[in-house]
Amino acid sequence: MKQHGYNEVVRDAIAQLKGKPGALLPILHEIQDTIGYIPADAVPVIADELNLSRAEVHGVISFYHYFRQTPPGKHAIQICQAESCKAMGSDQLTAHAKKRLGIDFHETTPDGNFSLEPVYCLGNCACSPAVMIDDEPHGRVTSERINQLIDMAKRGN
Amino acid sequence: MTITVYIPGDSSSLSLGADRVAISIAAEAALRGAHIEIIRNGSRGLYWLEPMIEVSTPNGRVAYGPVTASDVHSLFESNFLYGNDHHLRLGLTEEIPYLKNQERLTFARVGITDPISLQSYIEHDGYRGLKRALGMNGASIVKEVTDSGLRGRGGAAFPTGIKWNTVLNTPSEQKYVVCNADEGDSGTYSDRMIMEGDPFVLIEGMTIAGIAVGATQGYIYLRSEYPHALQVLNEAIAIATANNYLGRNILGSGKSFHLEVRRGAGAYVCGEETSLMESIEGKRGLVRFKPPLPAIQGLFGKPTIVNNVISLASVPIILDKGGEFYRNYGMDRSRGTLPIQLAGNIKHGGLVEKAFGMTLRELLYDYGGGSASGRPIRAVQVGGPLGAYMPESQFDTPLDYEAFSNIWAVLGHGGVVAFDDTVDMARMARYGMEFCAIESCGKCTPCRIGTTRGMEVIDRIIARKDHAASVQLLRDLCDTMLNGSLCALGGMAPYPVLSALNHFPEDFGLQQTQQAA
Repeated sequence: MKQHGYNEVVRDAIAQLKGKPGALLPILHEIQDTIGYIPADAVPVIADELNLSRAEVHGVISFYHYFRQTPPGKHAIQICQAESCKAMGSDQLTAHAKKRLGIDFHETTPDGNFSLEPVYCLGNCACSPAVMIDDEPHGRVTSERINQLIDMAKRGN
Repeated sequence: MTITVYIPGDSSSLSLGADRVAISIAAEAALRGAHIEIIRNGSRGLYWLEPMIEVSTPNGRVAYGPVTASDVHSLFESNFLYGNDHHLRLGLTEEIPYLKNQERLTFARVGITDPISLQSYIEHDGYRGLKRALGMNGASIVKEVTDSGLRGRGGAAFPTGIKWNTVLNTPSEQKYVVCNADEGDSGTYSDRMIMEGDPFVLIEGMTIAGIAVGATQGYIYLRSEYPHALQVLNEAIAIATANNYLGRNILGSGKSFHLEVRRGAGAYVCGEETSLMESIEGKRGLVRFKPPLPAIQGLFGKPTIVNNVISLASVPIILDKGGEFYRNYGMDRSRGTLPIQLAGNIKHGGLVEKAFGMTLRELLYDYGGGSASGRPIRAVQVGGPLGAYMPESQFDTPLDYEAFSNIWAVLGHGGVVAFDDTVDMARMARYGMEFCAIESCGKCTPCRIGTTRGMEVIDRIIARKDHAASVQLLRDLCDTMLNGSLCALGGMAPYPVLSALNHFPEDFGLQQTQQAA
C-alpha cells in the first residue's frame, strides 16, 4: 500500500471500530492487518478520536510485542524460542536462520524480503521446533526445511 | 456411493502438510472418478501420526498416517477408500491404543466432527447442556458446576462453581463472561485444539455461564499467535448467531448472550486474568491489585467470570450429564478429567485426556513412548514456563493438583515438556528468568527488576564467578520474587529456576550433596 493511503486506512479503522468498548486494540489490529505496522502519524489521530493522550496510545503500542512501529519485510518469519522447541533444537535452528538471512531478531533483510522475529509458543508443541511464516505454520522444522521454505517464499515474490 | 474422507485442518496438521494432502486426494479422486467428500476435521491429537487421514467404512473409521502428498497415489492404488491394507494403515481409529485408553469428556467430539458444522455438533450430543440449562434457574446451574468439582483448568485450579456463585450473587445491571484463550504456556495446545476442532463446545459453555450468572456479553480473549483459531471461532459464532444459539432471546427462552472474539497482541502476561481485562479495555496489560476480585469488579468494573477455554468447554457435558457424572472421574480433590499435552522431546507427542490420577511415568512412557531422540528423559517441565522441572525420581507422582503442590511443582494447564539428557539445566533456568524479563508487565519491582538480576546472577553461576555467593544470592532473589510479586509471573518465575538448581545441582557446578542449601 502506498504512503498516501495510510490516512484513509487509519480513519476507516477508527470509524468502523470506535463504538466498541475498549476499541483501541481492535483499531490497532485493523491498521496493522492492512498496512503491516502502526505508522507514527496514526498515533495522534487515534488519540484524538478516542479521547486519549498520545502517550497512552503510544504506551499501548509499545507494550505489546505484536504491534510493529516499522514496516515489516514481505515475509515475516517467526521461530519459537520456548521450552518445548528448545528441547528439540530450536536454538540451533535459530542460529542457522539468522546466519542464512544475515540478520538478527527484530531485523529485516536489506532486500526487504524477510523479517525475523522470536515468538514464545505457537501452540504446535507436539511438532517442535515450530516456525510460522506469515500466517502459515510449520512443524518439525530442520535447517534444511527452513532453507527450502525461505527459497519457496523468495520464489513466490 | 460417496465415501467420506477426513483430513485434519487444525494448524498443527497444516504445519505438517495436511493441505497438500487434501489437494492431492481431491485431485487423485477426480482423476479416478471416485466420489468422495472431504471433511476437514480437528486433530485427534495423535500428532506423531499427523497428517492422519481417516475413511468411513461400514466397520467404522479407518486411519492412515502419517500421510504426505507423495503417499496419495499408492493409497488409491491400495484402495484405501475401502479401508484396505497399506503400509500407513493404522486400523480402526477407535482401536488405536493411545486413543482407546483415554477418557475423552471435554474432547469428546474433537477430531470426529466437522468443526464448523452446527448439525454435526448437535448430532454428537452438542447443545444438550444448554437446552437443559435453559430450563433451570441460575443458582441450580451454578450448583451443578460446583457439584462437578470442576477447578480452573488454566492453571490456578480455583473451583469454577465458587467463582460463578460470587458473580451470580453480585447484583449489577451488566455482567460479563470472559474466556481466557491466551494460551501462552510452552507445551500447551489443548485450548487451540478445542477452538479449532470443536468451537461450538466453547460457545455453548460460555452461553451456559452467561445464563447462569445473568451476563449478556461474552468475550473470548484470543492470542494473536492463533490466526487459524480466530477464523474458526468467528465462523462458528456467526453460525450460532444465525441459528439463534447466540444473540437475543436464545431458542425462544427470553435469555440473551452475545459473544465476540478479541485478539491479544503477543503479551504472555495477558494470560493473567486482571492483565487480560486491562487489555480488553484497550490498555497496557498491567496486572491489577486483588482485591477487588474480578468476580465482583472485573471487566469495565463489572462482575466478571474469567475462565480458561478448557474449563468453559467442560461445562456443556457437566450440564448434560450432571455434576455427579463428571465428579466420578478423578482422585481426591482433583475431579473430572485433565487434557494433558505431551510436548518437547517425546516420541508420541499429543493430547491425552484422562481422569486425574495417572502417574507422570505412565504418561511419559506408556503414552509418550519415551523421548523422540531415543536418549533417556532427564527432566520434564510440567505446567508451562512457570512450572517446576521434575527429575526422574519424581516421575511416579500422580497427576493431581495437591500431589504436585506437595512436591513444589504445578500441574498448571497440563502441558508436559520432556527433555533428554543433553539438556543443560542451568541454561534452562537462565532462560526461565530471561523469558519473564521479556514478558514482565513492569508494575511490581520484584518481577520487573528481579528477572533481569536473576538472569545476570545465573550468568555468573554458569561462569563460576563468586560461585557460592552467587548461588546464595539467587536463592535470596527467588525468595523475594516468590513472596513479593504482584502476580504469578514474578511469583512463579522461581519455580523453574529453583527446581533446576535443587534437582540438577551438577549443572550449576554444585555437588549433589549441596542441594539442601
